[in-house]
Amino acid sequence: MTRYIIRRILQAIPLLFIISLILFLLMRSTGDPLAMMGGRRATRPEDRERLARQLGLDKPLYVQYLYWLIGNDWTKIDMDGDGVAETPGDRRGVVRGEFGTSMVSRGRPVLEMIWERLPNTLILMIPAEVIIILFSLAIGVYSALRQYSFVDHLVTALSFVGYSMPIFFIALVSMYIFAVNFKRWGLPYLPTVGMFDPQVGKTTGQVLLHMVLPILSMSVISIAGYSRYVRSQMLEVIGEDYIRTARAKGLPRRMVITGHALKNAALPLVTIVGLDIPLLLGGAVVTESIFAWPGMGRLFIDHVSRADTPVVMGILMLISVAVVVSQLVTDIVYAWLDPRIRYT
Amino acid sequence: METAIESPIAAVPEELEAPPLTPRELVWRRFRRHKMAVAGVFMLILLLLYSVAGAFVFPESYANLTETGARLQPPSAAHPFGTDTVGRDILARTIYGGQISLLIGLFAVVVEVIVGVLIGAIAGYYGGWIDSVLMRFTEAMFNVPQIFLLLVMARFFAGKIPTVQFLGRTFSGSVIVIILIIGMTSWMYLARIVRANFLSLKEREFVLAAHTTGTTNLAIIFQHILPNSMAPIIVAATLGVASAILSEAYISFLGLGVQPPTATWGNMLDGAYNYIESAPWLWAFPGMLIVLTVLSINFVGDGLRDALDPRTLAQ
Repeated sequence: MTRYIIRRILQAIPLLFIISLILFLLMRSTGDPLAMMGGRRATRPEDRERLARQLGLDKPLYVQYLYWLIGNDWTKIDMDGDGVAETPGDRRGVVRGEFGTSMVSRGRPVLEMIWERLPNTLILMIPAEVIIILFSLAIGVYSALRQYSFVDHLVTALSFVGYSMPIFFIALVSMYIFAVNFKRWGLPYLPTVGMFDPQVGKTTGQVLLHMVLPILSMSVISIAGYSRYVRSQMLEVIGEDYIRTARAKGLPRRMVITGHALKNAALPLVTIVGLDIPLLLGGAVVTESIFAWPGMGRLFIDHVSRADTPVVMGILMLISVAVVVSQLVTDIVYAWLDPRIRYT
Repeated sequence: METAIESPIAAVPEELEAPPLTPRELVWRRFRRHKMAVAGVFMLILLLLYSVAGAFVFPESYANLTETGARLQPPSAAHPFGTDTVGRDILARTIYGGQISLLIGLFAVVVEVIVGVLIGAIAGYYGGWIDSVLMRFTEAMFNVPQIFLLLVMARFFAGKIPTVQFLGRTFSGSVIVIILIIGMTSWMYLARIVRANFLSLKEREFVLAAHTTGTTNLAIIFQHILPNSMAPIIVAATLGVASAILSEAYISFLGLGVQPPTATWGNMLDGAYNYIESAPWLWAFPGMLIVLTVLSINFVGDGLRDALDPRTLAQ
């Protein structure tokens, strides 16, 4: 097992390297970060030249990538434009834990910007994941136990609809119902924008209230998909011999379902949760931009449209690492839960 | 003369003479039994009619006609779906937007299938270091959630492709960009299926037979192995149309997709959340059309999966 984990980690390193190379090349050719620097007015040509030199944008792409990856403190760079490299570099590069500074928000370290936003994304993602697991288990088991009943057919139809909806449409409809119409009908209504009401301040209650609609929009699609999955797993498990044995020895129905069937049917859900992390992160981009939620997804959109390579690359690498780690953890947890699986 | 053609077989009772069903007939028979899939096909035909026949009712210039005097009007007899923020008729825009959205869905899948099949087939057939390199690349692309790749690539290609004339209409370059980037960010799953199929099929006798008769590698890949792994490709491609339409909607919704005045169901929703309260017709109609289309395609894909499953082929 330990050897398996070590091998997987070693395999992840070239993978992350390829990802970073592809994304860096794409990102650095997306546009001109200098164009937006002077605020509203266009950057003057002489400023542009100086800024490009200071930020290292005048170098060929592979040098820029090298500086980003391993830093430039081992070499000298030309700062004053006389063609002689005289100033020693001060960047340490991604492999040594420095993600550089933002080009748009001048001088702010990328890591600081990400750490500031990451908790906001996590407080949406973690409850969403918990809700997704609980609801898809409940719905899946319920409709499996009543296979081909009216409720089962209804759930099937609804899950197909839910699975076919784009997140933003769920968000728009739920905003329309729970915020606009509830307000119109004089019912207590939910807020739609931001993390808290600026007039009340950032209290726990406010944040919780503002979390409801984003989490709803993020989880509907996954619940629709996974409840189908749990249902089919459950149906498969119910037909197994050990369930018949449990019934035959006279265990109460509830025991058979929760103790024997559910435990085995829920197992494969572990793999899904691991795979769900990229999906949720993607969902966060859309959800955060609709609900004006100050998370990482919004940070990404804001900076990708201004060609701010260091910030965008920082977020993308963080996500890639998260995906690699979550896949590894999923495999380990699954092997630990299901003794039939052995990795070598 | 005519009597001479009569063969003794004709005397055999009809039910005994009925030839065995071809695989194609079997698939069609099973597909027909899948009620939701048939309903999905029916819905898709209606949606196609809506966006194609509708073009004969309203000219495209009408769909792009801005009438600032009639901004944000609720649905009425003159504008059954209302008007948008610059006074364009939403009904006409959903018609032309539908054409573009469906077009993007179809062509993005064409790109996806070409890239996915090529990479999967080459990796699976040749194996060795080619396989490792291609699969590492596939894995790397798989690792970053699609929406992030789409946004980065949308920026990368923005403004690099000029407008084109096609079928007597002008398409903004952004339509082609969107088709390309959706295709180029969604082929990984397909490549894996194709590779797995090739890995098992290339060991079979008919491939060996082809080798011994001196068939070239290219012919073996495309004429012998590929036709035998069509079923999963067809299913994945069908479902791919649905997710391509969704992807288009996502990037256009985030403002990096197809640029106005060309309408798509996705970019009609861009900025609609500012009017959630005052003008729900802005987002309700294009949104519902997206959901209907994706839902129907998913039903069809589901039906095809059941119908093409070789495990049920004997029934």
